[in-house]
Amino acid sequence: MRTPIAWLRRNLVVIAGLGTLAYLILPNVVVTVFSFNNPTGRFNYAWQEFSLDAWKDPCGVADLCGSLSLSLQIAVWATLGATVLGTAIAFALVRYRFRARGAVNSLIFLPMAMPEIVMAASLLALFLNMGIRLGFWTILIAHIMFCLSFVVAAVKARVLSMDPRLEEAARDLYAGPVQTFLRVTLPIAAPGIAAGALLSFALSFDDFIITNFNSGNTVTFPMFVWGSAQRGTPVQINVIGTAMFVIAVLVVLAGQTIGNRRKKAQPE
Amino acid sequence: MSATTAPPQAAPATDPPVHKPSMRKRLVPYWLLLPGILWLLVFFVLPMVYQASTSVQTGSLEEGFKVTWHFQTYWDAFTDYVPQFLRSLLYAGTATVLCLLLGYPLAYLIAFKAGRWRNLLLVLVIAPFFTSFLIRTLAWKTILADGGPVVGVLNKIGFLDVTSWLGMTEGDRVLATPLAVVCGLTYNFLPFMILPLYTSLERIDTRLHEAAGDLYARPATVFRKVTFPLSMPGVVSGTLLTFIPASGDYVNAELLGSADTRMIGNVIQSQYLRILDYPTAAALSFILMAIVLIMVTIYIRRAGTEDLV
Repeated sequence: MRTPIAWLRRNLVVIAGLGTLAYLILPNVVVTVFSFNNPTGRFNYAWQEFSLDAWKDPCGVADLCGSLSLSLQIAVWATLGATVLGTAIAFALVRYRFRARGAVNSLIFLPMAMPEIVMAASLLALFLNMGIRLGFWTILIAHIMFCLSFVVAAVKARVLSMDPRLEEAARDLYAGPVQTFLRVTLPIAAPGIAAGALLSFALSFDDFIITNFNSGNTVTFPMFVWGSAQRGTPVQINVIGTAMFVIAVLVVLAGQTIGNRRKKAQPE
Repeated sequence: MSATTAPPQAAPATDPPVHKPSMRKRLVPYWLLLPGILWLLVFFVLPMVYQASTSVQTGSLEEGFKVTWHFQTYWDAFTDYVPQFLRSLLYAGTATVLCLLLGYPLAYLIAFKAGRWRNLLLVLVIAPFFTSFLIRTLAWKTILADGGPVVGVLNKIGFLDVTSWLGMTEGDRVLATPLAVVCGLTYNFLPFMILPLYTSLERIDTRLHEAAGDLYARPATVFRKVTFPLSMPGVVSGTLLTFIPASGDYVNAELLGSADTRMIGNVIQSQYLRILDYPTAAALSFILMAIVLIMVTIYIRRAGTEDLV
């Protein structure tokens, strides 16, 4: 049975899975390789020759780093806003029985079940009708709105799987409501909140469709990339894409290592 | 004297603390909900109302728009753009099926076979989220470039003959054809398929696999009768998370496609931001929403899963 075909059949899942992974990673590889390119002409789509110029001067293109820092600012505020609002909603939904619970649940679910362009267009309709100037604030408002549901989903999942007896035990030991929340509830819910916040940050930082509709003349990083696809793509875009990928992998791996250590330190 | 009068005084003093918190407690969920729900009502529900009113307005940018209950816009918008609607559903549907076919093995691999590599694989699935998806989509221009190695191989194995026959490509190029758009859509939404699939596969008790094996089920049968049915919640939420955003996407069609691959998202975008015909744009966006909601409702009924989130 040691024929190649038998081996192939036994490892079909592994081969197909790794194939998909390659499909997922391939563009990142291309982005990395092309960050060392020295293109001729406006576009960076064909390989010319090796160069470190773009890495030495990542802000060498007008407006690029400005748009980057704007996107970072918006992502930080959007994450903060969505995480606070979303966590409160998640706790209310999991911990309390009240009227209109079903309605609230559907209201939370709807933004996730709608093509992004529909939300983008309707927000624009609101801002146009109200005569609100498009820019930083309209982008921030929109980002908090669409990140909110994802935070609620992430925190809800975590709080649902949490044992309520832990809080009862804290109360039995004479912890007040505030103390119970800060020292028992919040630490247990923290991974869910962190996941929601991380997702918000990524979604906001990378959002294009909603920002495209509601940014006016304000240029966030995705808007800059979009414009560069028409005007000419500087190599610096690939440098930043590569750096983002590396930083993301490191942050997530570090987070998991810390999580694993905690798990080992206090077995359930 | 004071000793006998003290207790009645103390009683009302201790009573309210027991009573008051319960009253306050009943209001707690509403205070928790208020800010977030208010945000959604003002910036999600109210905009829909405004868009609805925009869709029944007539006028021009110079003279201003007025609500005239002109429902004809809906019919005109729909009939003018039937090809774009059909194309959107076709591309999004194809991308969803491809995502399922490609994503399932990887989710299965991570859930059951990865061992100590599990975390690394998960990170590699999630990490692209953090690199701008526009940059990665532009990278596909390089990968699928005319005369490039990928197109060369696809040509050699006769793949492009098949796709040309299907109308997905033209001649020996991939860029600026429907195939490139579907490839980009599949790529962009693949993580949204893999993660829910992984979550539901990971929850499966592997002893069920062993039990099926003990009952002489072959691996393929175990998959068909045990694993796949138990992963249905993941399949349903994964297909929804892929199909819904893909149906409204215009980035892939714009960057990787041509004028012949315009999807309804491209039309809505240009009507709102370039042509400035707000009523038509609003009507188109509501028609898209209605089509998606109807299809999703039917799909959820058929698939029979209620617990989505």
